[in-house]
Amino acid sequence: MVQTSSAVRTAAPLTEITADDIAALGVGTAIFGTGGGGAVYTAQITVENALRAHGPVPLVSVDDLGPDDVVILMSGIGAPTVGIEMLSATGQIHALLAEAERLLGRPVTTLMAAEIGGSNGVQPIGWAARLGLKVLDADGMGRAFPDAAMVAMNVAGVPCEWAVQSDVVGNISVMKTIDLHWLERHARALTVASGSICIGAHYPMTADTVKGAVIEGTVSAAIRVGHALMSSPDPVSAVAAELDARVLMTGKITDLDRRTAGGFVRGSVTITGTGADRGRLQRLELQNENLLVLEDGEVLVSVPDLITIIDAETGHAITTEMLRFGQRVSVLAWACDPIWRTPRGLELAGPAAFGYDLPYVPFEGAAR
Amino acid sequence: MTARDLSIGVDVGGTNTDAVVLDGDGRVLAWTKRATTDDITGGIRAGIRDVLAAIGDDRSRVSRVMLGTTHATNAIVQRRQLDRVAMIRLGAPAATEYPPLTGWPEDLKSMVLAGSAMLGGGHMVDGTPIAPLDRDGILRFIDGLDGFDAIAVAGIFSPTSPEQELEVAELLRGHLGPDVRVFLSQDIGPTGLLERENATLLNAALYSVARSVTAALVTVVAEEGLDATTFFAQNDGTLMSLDYAAQYPVLTIGSGPANSIRGAAYLSGHDDAIVIDVGGTTSDLGVVVGGFPRESTLPREIGGVRTNFRMPDVLSVGIGGGTVVDVESGRVGPQSVGYRIDREGLLFGGSTPTLTDAAAMAGSRVAGRTLPALDARTASALEQALAVVADRLEEAVERLSLGRMDFPLVVVGGGGFLVPDRLASAGSILRPEHGGVANAVGAAISLAGGRADQMAPMGERERAIEQASDAAIAKAIQAGADPLQVSVVEVIETHVPYTTQPTITVTVKAAGPLARLTADAPVH
Repeated sequence: MVQTSSAVRTAAPLTEITADDIAALGVGTAIFGTGGGGAVYTAQITVENALRAHGPVPLVSVDDLGPDDVVILMSGIGAPTVGIEMLSATGQIHALLAEAERLLGRPVTTLMAAEIGGSNGVQPIGWAARLGLKVLDADGMGRAFPDAAMVAMNVAGVPCEWAVQSDVVGNISVMKTIDLHWLERHARALTVASGSICIGAHYPMTADTVKGAVIEGTVSAAIRVGHALMSSPDPVSAVAAELDARVLMTGKITDLDRRTAGGFVRGSVTITGTGADRGRLQRLELQNENLLVLEDGEVLVSVPDLITIIDAETGHAITTEMLRFGQRVSVLAWACDPIWRTPRGLELAGPAAFGYDLPYVPFEGAAR
Repeated sequence: MTARDLSIGVDVGGTNTDAVVLDGDGRVLAWTKRATTDDITGGIRAGIRDVLAAIGDDRSRVSRVMLGTTHATNAIVQRRQLDRVAMIRLGAPAATEYPPLTGWPEDLKSMVLAGSAMLGGGHMVDGTPIAPLDRDGILRFIDGLDGFDAIAVAGIFSPTSPEQELEVAELLRGHLGPDVRVFLSQDIGPTGLLERENATLLNAALYSVARSVTAALVTVVAEEGLDATTFFAQNDGTLMSLDYAAQYPVLTIGSGPANSIRGAAYLSGHDDAIVIDVGGTTSDLGVVVGGFPRESTLPREIGGVRTNFRMPDVLSVGIGGGTVVDVESGRVGPQSVGYRIDREGLLFGGSTPTLTDAAAMAGSRVAGRTLPALDARTASALEQALAVVADRLEEAVERLSLGRMDFPLVVVGGGGFLVPDRLASAGSILRPEHGGVANAVGAAISLAGGRADQMAPMGERERAIEQASDAAIAKAIQAGADPLQVSVVEVIETHVPYTTQPTITVTVKAAGPLARLTADAPVH
């Protein structure tokens, strides 16, 4: 079979996001979180409230952007465990926007999610509603990654001119670092000084620089995946069809080796096949996100292709912290955006970037 | 002198009110099961009278009465008798994007909220103040309200930096008098601001409900002339004193399953076990480890409000005596005929095939009845349904036992005949005598307990465990435990991900036998 663009991209385009789409967006971003990205519930309720108070947010594509448009990324940064206690201040995003516009010398028109996976895929919609901005139907990762340098713009060679960070008490910091690795390092240190949770704005872009440098269609894709899951009597198949993904195996978790090291959850999970998959055994390697699927000594899928463990019955994504012995799960895998398969993409986010001495073998999804 | 070694346990559930009398060795001397009444006092009275009548002159040996009740849950779910609460959050400007009661159902919010304020105060994760405490703002807010019954206070990171909430409680007592009802979030739940704040608010709103239940118990005990100390069951399988229960009613939410799990394990003679309570619509499974129910760490919704206080880890599966078997599709549940089983089930002359019918077909003796003749399709559907039941129960047991095969499975509840005598995922299968009143037994055998949480860098692990242990022991004593016999029963350490320096959360639980308050109590 010839691989064509997926069902996700051919469906009717979404031109605005309403409060009614947010539950679906939350479900979808959890699937795109590939095991990481943090919990989305708290983000979800506040985004719904923002959309009810301020009305729907326009969702625009890269091709819709004009010469006057300026796009920036906004995202939360820090420890999710702190994020559930010290939540953001109302003024934080306004302060960020004001500082960004001062640095740019002109108004920002459009927000983009740094990563579509997890809460960072949901929050920008509420921020856009409150700031009166548009949302770009795109993100920087097409999934969740642990490092700010792992973004498509970095692969495409678009530099990040500055980054602004704000905390709950009103401190604003501007960082002009020589590259994204230094930005990651400085941003983390500042975050700790701010009580381990901040909101950041970075990567100012125009209609020209955005083209070919971001992963397009991911916001509407996440919403469609969520709607498909919530409305289907067979959610696992519905999600797989929307994503052009393959269900690698269905089984139960029979071993779980998880530890926290260097601020990250690392470990592996073993899934024993049940039903039609009886007799099979798969192991997933994880570091916050799911990185590899192995079976019979062979790597079936590896990062940057997407691997999500979902509940075998409900289809809902299970994050790495929520994995439990005995859970009935399906392993879902699908192909990453082509930009991650370029030499530069694999250098930044291929198996070697996570410490695995393995060649990357592209996963061809349902088309295999 | 008469030995005063008897305890009465009462469990007021949604459907039934059960009561038992246990002797000093934990043997069941008497038990009763009655339909729950709308009037709480009447239900407790009927249960206690039944068992007292059964023990006759031994009633003078009763020294303790323990009550477990779903009353607090029902009050929230049915929006009944709730107090109006003023909510003070400390931590502004942090968290102002998420005002108090975010995500609450409107009807409940308008019923319980007297007003809310987000004021300066609170701490960061490392104890750094977010803003100076806005004492004037607190007083202005309180003085500007139209009226309220209670005040709830939630400070950012108060579970690890508790002093400020205590200072606010002092301030409010100084301003409004010593009788003002102030509830602090540090006493209710761990980190997770919105969930802890929600739980604190619900707790404050339940004050009158809690008072009416404690008054009902005191009234019945006085009416019966019992010289007994009274206790309430908490949701971690321990007891608390009446005063404590009136102060922390949310801690009774989930005490039913906790008592049932603990009571069933106790009746089976095991401290470590999986317990399954098979009812008409669902089977509820829990785990007892070291004599206590394992707790869930996931947020729970109560009456549409998300909360994070501790609850027993209960897994419900849609398998019950009334679960409907669809002959066409072979589907088992989730529909159930529930209490209508005695009219609608095939065994009782009805026309709806249920799991009770399936069990009867396989040879279980149910209600002394025999099935009518069945057509081949129905018979085959019922036979397959039992295989589905075994499969689902096997999976559920495995999820709870984490694959350990040495845990016995203790079966209680009216639908217990649905559990086969062998399950691949379980060790031995036990069906203890008096399993039907396991929840009341669980209430009667409980210890008094308390718990505390502490978050700390890995390097200060031991100090964090020590501090949390001291706090948990103090709470257990406050709940009624004997200061000389209370001890730490569980320490849970959880690693906190995505932090720069390795950080852990420590949860410590302490428990001990009840302090003997009566002078003529026997000495063991």
